[in-house]
Amino acid sequence: MAFNSLADFFAMGGYGFYVWLSYGISFLVLAVLIINTLTKRKKILKTVTQRIAREERIKKAKNRKDTL
Amino acid sequence: MWKWLHPYAKPEKSYQLAGKLLPWFVVLTVITFIIGLLWGLLFAPADYQQGDSFRIIYIHVPAAMMAMGAYSSMAIAAFVALVWQIRLAEMTVAATAPIGAVFTFIALFTGAAWGKPMWGAWWVWDARLTSELILLFVYLGIIALYNAFSDKVLAGRAASILTLVGVINLPVIHYSVVWWNTLHQGPTISKFGKPSMAVEMLWPLLIMIAAFATLLGALILMRFRNEILTRESHRPWVRQLALNNVKITGKN
Repeated sequence: MAFNSLADFFAMGGYGFYVWLSYGISFLVLAVLIINTLTKRKKILKTVTQRIAREERIKKAKNRKDTL
Repeated sequence: MWKWLHPYAKPEKSYQLAGKLLPWFVVLTVITFIIGLLWGLLFAPADYQQGDSFRIIYIHVPAAMMAMGAYSSMAIAAFVALVWQIRLAEMTVAATAPIGAVFTFIALFTGAAWGKPMWGAWWVWDARLTSELILLFVYLGIIALYNAFSDKVLAGRAASILTLVGVINLPVIHYSVVWWNTLHQGPTISKFGKPSMAVEMLWPLLIMIAAFATLLGALILMRFRNEILTRESHRPWVRQLALNNVKITGKN
């Protein structure tokens, strides 16, 4: 192991700020991309089911006989 | 001989194939990231000149490599889309662009955070940095162009053409450290010759490159599936899939 203690590890030989800034922002951006990809899928499927439901409602309304 | 390929020109089959491959990519991504990060951050020795700041290399180089790798695969897909009019290839272009943009951003950001302690500046208008910034703008241009058309057939064609135009930037990025006197250091690993890096530092780097490559693969598969669903949303198989999905989650 390259470090003697946990404090050493976080200090990164004095470069802690730059190292953890790089790793932090990188994984934050990747997390946003992954979440965006997953929510997009949910949204697409939801739109499709909503459209199916609307088509069903229209069909039902058209089949009703007791309308004006 | 190539008949077995034919069914995959059908979006439904491609969607299923992507779904079958996805878990493998996810598992490999998780494993390589864990090993690569632990090795790179904890066990690799500090650099004799740059100290522990060199550990930024374990995200900087893989992200930059895969940003260019993503662009290369996008360019091949764009070529296929334009020449053989294959819609699935257009969808691949649209699926890959946002991932490439994010990877390019990571390469630029980590480069800046590495440049500050080593060169004394977050940013310099050096050939490597500038050409990489142009790559980010090309990616953003492709995404914007694709979203500018509501007709996705036209959007796919326009984005494919722009992708092919942007290919000119790839050799410029790659050779920028050779052609010009830049502040950026030369390549650490090259296809020819021995890498200019100690083995105990090189291994975690190779694993992190594999990690970013499999992550790129997994994200392309996910976004490719999303593109297919969007474009095929009127087809019976997508409607069935959506209904089944609601049944499973029990919501809506």
